[in-house]
Amino acid sequence: MDDTWSFVTEQVIPGLNLGFWATVQLAVPSALLGLFTGIVVGVLRVYGPRPAQRLANGYVSFFRGTPLVVQLFCWYFGLPQICLFIESLGPVMGVLNALHLAWVPRLLVLSPMGAAILGFSLCSGAYHSEYVRGGLMSIRTGQIKAAQALGMSPMQTVLHVVLPQAVRRALPGCGNEIVYLIKYSSLASVVTVNELTGMARGIAKSTWRNTEVFFTVGVYYLLLVTLATFILGWVEDRLSLPGFERRRE
Amino acid sequence: MNDSDIILKVEGLSKAFGNKPVLQDATFTQRRGTLKVLVGPSGGGKSTLLQCINYLIPPDQGRVWLDGRQINPKSRRELSAYRQEVGMIFQDFNLFDHLNALENVRIALLKVKGMAKAAATERAMAELARVGLAGKADLYPAQLSGGQKQRVSIARALAMDPKVLLLDEPTSALDPELIGEVLTVIKDLAQAGITMIMATHQISFSASLADEFLFMEKGRIVEHGSPAELLGKDCCSRTQAFCAKLSELAGDAGQ
Ligand SMILES: Nc1ncnc2c1ncn2[C@@H]1O[C@H](COP(=O)(O)OP(=O)(O)O)[C@@H](O)[C@H]1O
Ligand SMILES: [Mg+2]
Repeated sequence: MDDTWSFVTEQVIPGLNLGFWATVQLAVPSALLGLFTGIVVGVLRVYGPRPAQRLANGYVSFFRGTPLVVQLFCWYFGLPQICLFIESLGPVMGVLNALHLAWVPRLLVLSPMGAAILGFSLCSGAYHSEYVRGGLMSIRTGQIKAAQALGMSPMQTVLHVVLPQAVRRALPGCGNEIVYLIKYSSLASVVTVNELTGMARGIAKSTWRNTEVFFTVGVYYLLLVTLATFILGWVEDRLSLPGFERRRE
Repeated sequence: MNDSDIILKVEGLSKAFGNKPVLQDATFTQRRGTLKVLVGPSGGGKSTLLQCINYLIPPDQGRVWLDGRQINPKSRRELSAYRQEVGMIFQDFNLFDHLNALENVRIALLKVKGMAKAAATERAMAELARVGLAGKADLYPAQLSGGQKQRVSIARALAMDPKVLLLDEPTSALDPELIGEVLTVIKDLAQAGITMIMATHQISFSASLADEFLFMEKGRIVEHGSPAELLGKDCCSRTQAFCAKLSELAGDAGQ
């Protein structure tokens, strides 16, 4: 027992603390970017011009329809291939060189962290957009007519009438998605980010003590999810209005 | 009749949904400070006419003049300016559910008219007081009765200083005991000289205030005239027959 305790405190926790920060650095920007993407895409899907609707729907089907691991591989290993391909095209590089833009294809080579954040944001955004879309469609057309009758432009109507209500209605769903994101951030280890799960796997491999390591990493995720749930609940309370009460389970 | 007396002129407004005409060639002029009342059976096109007037439903044909200026609905800016001058009251209130009474009245002053917050708040409070709701300023739609919601929506429209107010069956969604408070407000507006067009089934109430009745059926204005002309005892107008039937059915809910 003593041995387990000292193993966990001396070998597991220091390593996992590093992974913990990597997970936070991964999950927080991905959650924010994903939410932003989801709102923009959700609005486009409901109110956008027809071509934008098509494009946005296509985006959602693609990202919901393919495994996240595959998406991550594409961003991390696939994009550099495209970079190499562009750099192998003499005439194209000639033009870019002349414009002093030869560095542009290199933008496609992402750091592991960059690729993971891009992948999570885009995937999460697709799911968020579903909740946002549902929220938007729950706003009665009467309120939109009332806004127009007061002289509001379509943009003002969306901004001041539709979105504030849709966001409140979408919040519980989006909150769930953020909790999922924290858990699927563990996939970042496949593109060599040393986040919690990656670190845990490394420690387990070198020490052969799977039980202690993976039990401890479970506690870390539980802590993160609890913290996120608490923050989301606080946000929901802050945004709660008569008629838009937080539904407590 | 002086031309500058005419505030609103509507000519040949028509609208079809698919190949079903729901509004055909609606034409009329309205003088400042008068109240026109639209009556007629459900589905007759009253709501369509009112919403075509401010282009919430784009008419297929027809033209509208406000205060001598023809409206060009293709220009977004002009349309917005025009809509600010034409208030609209809906049957089911259409308050913004996420804003309290004060914010509902104030939002267009802030966002559309670009007023400063203090001035907009003061104006909004004055309009709420006018409809008798100064004490309910911080309640949300979910906390208001139907009659109170409709009064907030009237305050919201009045705050924009409209030249014309369009009312689409403002009391039809209300419980009978709440109709009176809204009718009182509408009566005050009529007496204050606000120009209004109102679709309603409250016949005796509106007969006492209206300058003109328009009877609509199957998308057409089939009769128009003063209440006295159309509703006189020995008059045999369609309006008279329709109104008699209404009061028979409702025991005259207009009282
Ligand atoms: N968006 C729409 N699509 C198709 N038909 C409609 C639509 N809106 C109204 N109508 C039809 O137009 C006719 C007139 O409706 P309306 O103007 O609401 O009449 P009223 O207000 O006098 O009851 C009705 O027959 C209704 O079914
Ligand atoms: Mg109607």
